[in-house]
Amino acid sequence: MSLNKNLEDDSNQNHRVTWEGCSVLLDVNDGDRLVFARLTAASNLSMGNKKCSLQPLIGCPFGSLFQVENGQDGPYLSRILPTTTEGDNVQKKVYCQIEDESKDNRALVDNNTAQNLTGEDIDAMRRQGATGDEIVQALIANSATFEKKTSFSQEKYRLKKQKKYAPKVLLRRPFTRSICETYFKKYPARIGYLRVDTLSLLLSMGNVSPHSDVLVLDMVGGILTGAVAERLGGTGIVCNVYLGVTPYPIDIVRMFNFSSETCRRIVRCALTDLCSSHNGTLEQICQPEEVCNFESQSKEEKSPLCSISMDETVLSSENGMLDLVPEPSVSPATKACKNTKAGEKASQEAIKLWKENGFSSLIIAAPDVDAWSIVKELLPFLSFSAPFVIYHQYIQPLATCMRNLQLGKMAVGLQISEPWLREYQVLPSRTHPLMQMSAFGGYILSGTKICIDDQR
Amino acid sequence: MLLVDPAKKISFNRYISDGDLVIVYERHDNMKAVKVCKDSVLQNRFGVFKHSDWIGRPFGSKVFSNKGGFVYLLAPTPELWTLVLSHRTQILYLADISFVIMYLEIVPGCLVLESGTGSGSLTTSLARAVAPTGHVYTFDFHEQRAVSAREDFERTGLKSLVTVGVRDIQGEGFPDDFCGKADSVFLDLPQPWLAVPSVGKMLKQDGILCSFSPCIEQVQRCCETLRANFTDIRTFEVLLRTYEVREGKMESCQADESGSTGSLPCKRRQRSSEGSNAKEVSGSPTIMARPSAEARGHTGYLTFARLRCLS
Repeated sequence: MSLNKNLEDDSNQNHRVTWEGCSVLLDVNDGDRLVFARLTAASNLSMGNKKCSLQPLIGCPFGSLFQVENGQDGPYLSRILPTTTEGDNVQKKVYCQIEDESKDNRALVDNNTAQNLTGEDIDAMRRQGATGDEIVQALIANSATFEKKTSFSQEKYRLKKQKKYAPKVLLRRPFTRSICETYFKKYPARIGYLRVDTLSLLLSMGNVSPHSDVLVLDMVGGILTGAVAERLGGTGIVCNVYLGVTPYPIDIVRMFNFSSETCRRIVRCALTDLCSSHNGTLEQICQPEEVCNFESQSKEEKSPLCSISMDETVLSSENGMLDLVPEPSVSPATKACKNTKAGEKASQEAIKLWKENGFSSLIIAAPDVDAWSIVKELLPFLSFSAPFVIYHQYIQPLATCMRNLQLGKMAVGLQISEPWLREYQVLPSRTHPLMQMSAFGGYILSGTKICIDDQR
Repeated sequence: MLLVDPAKKISFNRYISDGDLVIVYERHDNMKAVKVCKDSVLQNRFGVFKHSDWIGRPFGSKVFSNKGGFVYLLAPTPELWTLVLSHRTQILYLADISFVIMYLEIVPGCLVLESGTGSGSLTTSLARAVAPTGHVYTFDFHEQRAVSAREDFERTGLKSLVTVGVRDIQGEGFPDDFCGKADSVFLDLPQPWLAVPSVGKMLKQDGILCSFSPCIEQVQRCCETLRANFTDIRTFEVLLRTYEVREGKMESCQADESGSTGSLPCKRRQRSSEGSNAKEVSGSPTIMARPSAEARGHTGYLTFARLRCLS
């Protein structure tokens, strides 16, 4: 069966159809609400005070559009299949009339009497089984001012009513692009205000390419780790280094539909382990963590060391929803992920190899660590000619770091850059930049490590 | 440039050998791609460099000329390649390239179509993104340009990931062989709207198109065509501002006890316990950063759209 194939197929993370247990991003009413969810027979999407089952979404292609319809047992999600011609008509109506419009809003009186339908009327229509679209049509027909509106504001009116009475849900793929945009829009602090174009630059400048071993310091919730792993596509290794004894949470990694092979290649390693030479201390340091890693799930909850590692905590709230609202209180991992857990401890052999050969690139996104002090520690683990990138929201730590790297002659091609991104509204005779934009995407320090012990 | 065969892991093999492509780095704004050939030399303003001296040294090494001048030898990456490639056309730069790859959701294994190939700047990054199992099919209507691009991909070792075709995509569309097979399509054409119907046929459902155009009129017209079969149509402009960092000693505004009569507006007293006759500028050096005075102000508009899901 094709669904099973999807599950088993480790090499391909480029799924186009959903399956039971997959992670999805639901875009409600054109970005008004963005919700991460895991599709199971029991998972729901709450719409107002009601709940819609997500069951109908299983097995549908990503990109499918759904509309909330009123059924006997409450609202349900129904797939909308637009026809090409319909799209054409809408296009002509909305975009072409605009150009030679003579109507304006001089007659508009905002006294709340334009609508003849009352709330009771609408409830009655609902009881009689009217669809959301029918209610919207009725509202338009009973609006005294609709005909006088410009076609532009007519469309706005229609859209507003549609959002309320016939909400649409778009099924999207949780890829780096959509995950980063969603967090940036809703909870930017959780990803260290890392904007999607900035993240894209980190991946390019870090030369994240297949079969490479990327050293990552991810204090931005796992978005960086996930983005790197996505680019590696089940090859190479993402090694998450952490200071101290506690790995940084990388919960966002679970929003991606990574294969178990990809998860296996996301590892973590304490800076002390990386730095220490091969002696007894290394084993001692690792032991407590190792023990709890191999313990069963139920025991894991009790272990204080593990409750802060990357378990299935956020994922498995009651109905499998990953809504971005403040994370639900840690509930036991009842629905264990089918996949290997991402973020296992790096093996001793791997650490040994990295010490000998170096990582192929280094990417740092650590808002609370001084750039220079961490670069000084991590740069020795890079192989010669390897690129490194550091993201920070403030320029000063990067400037200091850059200056020190220059003085130490440790790197070439040093550059601090700041990305700038502007979106446009494109409509006939109405094209302009969006009224609101993100004014800041952070700073990036990039460079290439050089071989210091030069021979004359 | 890329590791297609995991057996030859790049981080495990960083020594320069005969036949390797290296990036000779003089300064951040002066680099050159050189194919190492044991009997060959590199001559520049710093003197003569013998390739034979380079072989066996690690990538990232500093190497010296007969006159004692030096350069660094770097391993090529798509970013460095973009800075050194020969410009046969206007090319795409880092900020646009990075954004395009992220927004087109290109991951290893994807099949990507591109037109035109131009100088292959974007193509090189596309190849990295689809590797090791995907493929980039790129088309240019200019025969000679396609030949040069093929030579470049041979040189950079991307031959197995990129196929260059000669074809007028605006006039003929993409070849039917790719119908419904493309994950993403990139267009850099003067009249992209002419290619949009063909792109609609090539893309998988929910697949993404990106069109790069320098002029807003092109964007306008392209978007009008896209509205028939595409959704999630968004247009962006992305730029990169670079900064200069300098360490300097700033004269601080402090009352000089020996010379001052106290009439200076500064109220801070010199805390130094040293003799008050020190004439040099006090204070530790400050590291300062400011945007570079000149920057690329416009490259092009990037329009993205998804093929509507019809089944």
